[in-house]
Amino acid sequence: MYYINGLKSPPDHGRAFLNYYMENIRNFSIIAHIDHGKSTLADRLIQHTGVVNERNFKDQILDNMDIERERGITIKSQAIALPYRARDGKDYSLNLIDTPGHVDFSYEVSRSLASCEGVLLLIDAAQGVQAQTLANLYLAMEHDLEIIPVINKIDLPSADVERVIEQIDSELGLDPDSHLKCSAKEGIGIEAILEAIVERIPPPTGDPAAPLAALIFDAHYDPFRGTVIFCRIFEGQVKAGDTIRLLFNNAVHKVEEVGHFVLTREKRDKLSAGEVGYIIAGVKTVSDVHTGDTITLDSRPCEKPLSGFKEVKPVVFASIYPIASDDYADLADSLEKFKLNDASFIYQKDSSVALGQGFRCGFLGLLHLDIVQERLEREYDLSIILSVPSVRYRFTLKDGTVLDVDNPSHYPDPISIDKSEEPYIRATMMMPERYLGAVMKLCMEKRGINSTLSYTGPGRVELIFEMPLAEVIYDFYDRFKSVTQGYGSFDYDVIAYRESPLVLLDILVNGEKVDALSQIVHRERARARGLQACERLKEEIPRQMFKIAIQGVIGGEIISRTTISAFRKDVTAKCYGGDITRKRKLLEKQKKGKKRMKMIGSVSIPQSAFLAVLKSDTD
Amino acid sequence: MQIPGLYIHIPFCHQKCNYCNFYSIVSVDDLSRFIKVLLKELSLYSQKLKSFDTIYIGGGTPSVLSIQNLEDILAEIRKNYRIMAESELTIEVNPADIDAAYLTSLHQLGVNRLNIGIQSFDDSILRFLGRRHNRQQAVHAIDASHTAGFDNIGLDLIYGVPGQTLMTWQETLSQALSFQPQHLSCYQLTLDADTPLGRQCNKGLFELPREGEQADFFMKTSEFLENAGYIHYEVSNFARSKLLVSRHNQKYWQHTPYLGVGPSAHSFVQGKRWWNYRSVRRYIDDLEKNILPIEGSEFLTMEQLRLEAFFLRLRTREGIHLSNFSERYHYDLLDEKGEILQKLVAEGLIEMNSGHVKPTRTGLAMADALALI
Repeated sequence: MYYINGLKSPPDHGRAFLNYYMENIRNFSIIAHIDHGKSTLADRLIQHTGVVNERNFKDQILDNMDIERERGITIKSQAIALPYRARDGKDYSLNLIDTPGHVDFSYEVSRSLASCEGVLLLIDAAQGVQAQTLANLYLAMEHDLEIIPVINKIDLPSADVERVIEQIDSELGLDPDSHLKCSAKEGIGIEAILEAIVERIPPPTGDPAAPLAALIFDAHYDPFRGTVIFCRIFEGQVKAGDTIRLLFNNAVHKVEEVGHFVLTREKRDKLSAGEVGYIIAGVKTVSDVHTGDTITLDSRPCEKPLSGFKEVKPVVFASIYPIASDDYADLADSLEKFKLNDASFIYQKDSSVALGQGFRCGFLGLLHLDIVQERLEREYDLSIILSVPSVRYRFTLKDGTVLDVDNPSHYPDPISIDKSEEPYIRATMMMPERYLGAVMKLCMEKRGINSTLSYTGPGRVELIFEMPLAEVIYDFYDRFKSVTQGYGSFDYDVIAYRESPLVLLDILVNGEKVDALSQIVHRERARARGLQACERLKEEIPRQMFKIAIQGVIGGEIISRTTISAFRKDVTAKCYGGDITRKRKLLEKQKKGKKRMKMIGSVSIPQSAFLAVLKSDTD
Repeated sequence: MQIPGLYIHIPFCHQKCNYCNFYSIVSVDDLSRFIKVLLKELSLYSQKLKSFDTIYIGGGTPSVLSIQNLEDILAEIRKNYRIMAESELTIEVNPADIDAAYLTSLHQLGVNRLNIGIQSFDDSILRFLGRRHNRQQAVHAIDASHTAGFDNIGLDLIYGVPGQTLMTWQETLSQALSFQPQHLSCYQLTLDADTPLGRQCNKGLFELPREGEQADFFMKTSEFLENAGYIHYEVSNFARSKLLVSRHNQKYWQHTPYLGVGPSAHSFVQGKRWWNYRSVRRYIDDLEKNILPIEGSEFLTMEQLRLEAFFLRLRTREGIHLSNFSERYHYDLLDEKGEILQKLVAEGLIEMNSGHVKPTRTGLAMADALALI
């Protein structure tokens, strides 16, 4: 690993030098639709600039969690400083700021982009422009960034570069001649990309002598050092020993260390305007740090916070319960640890009549929920049950009180409700024209309204629908992917609360209400949902010693019903001296398996049943 | 006071039955060496255990032994242990092996209980199962046992055989009852994968009855025999009176100590269980070197003992005596499982009265599931 002279620690030689220094910095991100090759390109850039050698190169270095690698999704952003000697003979520091690649994390993406002066907009040569290509482009434009379109995967037999160039013009409205071509996988075109970053992306601006203003775009938890804050310095300087103030909550911390990332943290004397780096300042948890917040100096604060801050609000809610109630303390402990590294995950104590003590959790979206569940089970070795996910509904009561309800068990007394509302999203979908009919039908079925349709290119359409968020969390993704045979792309924003007739659907198992299976649903959908929930549960719950009745109930009225018959014979014929140990061992094993089921009264319900009620017949 | 029982495993059969997974070999070449070492094994435990009040000679096929063999074995037992007055001394016999003389000699040796492997009175079923005897031999064996003076006779029967219907099974039961046996064991046919029938079944050559039909067989058997005055005292066992239950087998279900000798035999004494090698060869070799032929052993934890007691007693009609259970296994069943037990009562799977939890007939058919609550 090497450093470029002068970049390792810029001496304080006054303004002229610092300007020169800033001239040699480029801050950029790569943005792309999922699977268009963002991580692979990042790897190539890292390799090409010699930060790592082949031997210690791990594919997709920026995604450092197993799940990210398995799913090919970048969840947490990171920054890495790439030293590069350009053709002009000068040495540059190229700061690559990685961004999460999924619609659930669009606010995080916007903060990373706010830290850049330019982006590489990566487009798959075979797939062309997709929904997230557009969504990301709009985000970059909002931040006034230099946009370099890069056509990736040109080595694929199915690559259609001409078509993509045409899309860059017609669908993205960018100069088609500005594009670059590469194959990140084959390492083709990498040098030209690095040169374009140097030539076309402007260097950062800012006054190192001004009061400190730094934008937080991410934070990680380090068990030894506490929270590591990733930030972009817009104005001023920060060094170890300074006392910093976080503007959102006015918390004050003493800086222990600053530096930037090469592959690991590299300590530096200070960070100056224009730079991207990290600050360690004894902040205990990641939740104390808010992405988008401004850091300034306590002794000499900046006048106003950097623009664009917003508090991330979860939109999907579900409760997590340990399968064995003995594991409650472990679960509490694991959630606390988990939260250290995921500020967008929120939770609070919750209890369910059916499932006991647990936690109500908020997620940025269903994918975020999936990831949290998987990480808790994998990294913390927990057996957990998730209740049926819900959005946050809003009820205005007759006495004027407004209630936000994200947990069906807090559904107010129906008599007291004056108005009920649910969150709507604007869904943007892009697809080849031939799938339009099927997607329209699906959106209508999901209560979509106010559609607009535009032709973005020959044979390609962009369809915008307003839909209740609740319909999207209920199997929309899977259905959309299936009706477009994988050629459709989807993006969404939460837009508004709208009035909607809502009812509470309860599920009774052997007459006992299982509150974790309750859902708030649209009145007209209630009957169908009730039937579907009963059928799903019938498939998921194994036959037991007695007959199990499953009922869907709305306001005391049974709207659906199904029965799982009891099994009648389960006994070994012979059990003498030599059979007893074997039989006992079998029972011990079965008992263990049963621990992975949740007892509701006397019925064992497997983990899978709770999420299954959300799935529809068409899967 | 719990007097232990003694089990002797005779690992020889003239012919292996198609369904059987008990340990036995067909060759009797090693029989005399086997008897010698069996006597030795019997003597080796005389420090550990002092007396027995049940002896059960099973197998394999104990009736392949000569009267002399059996006389030697019983003499060795009496030499080393005190056999209590009124002890139960059972031997399992194959109808094909026994004639009047053999039976008379058994009676004279002090054997007071016969367990006859009838399995069926239907020749085609007997052939399917690979039994050596036919219907006629079965009838003769029972008659001859009576003539020889046996007044405690148990018959083993098998149901749920492919092709068998509730009707034909009921005929078999009626024929069995015509001999007024003191005891009946009715086993549902279950197949281990490594038995000839198990392999044929896996190949799809025939099918065992489905669960619903098996339940019907089980319930009808119980109903029919209880109507005829028998007590359905364990999942597969019926006795004409409380006194005529298999006292030896009860020991397995009540955690009463027992010593098992012979290949593959299991013993249980003071919370420890151990078992012999499932090999005549190994058994003989070890004992000839004065080594006990023990393949493995385990000390049961209280939790394991409790689980065993729980599932074993739920297999018996007597069920669980709550205060005894709590005293012996440190577990208050009502405190821990009261709610589900009430539910099981409501479902008719168990009865709770006079301090007992007892499976009903329906419950016995579900004993394994009950054990998992």
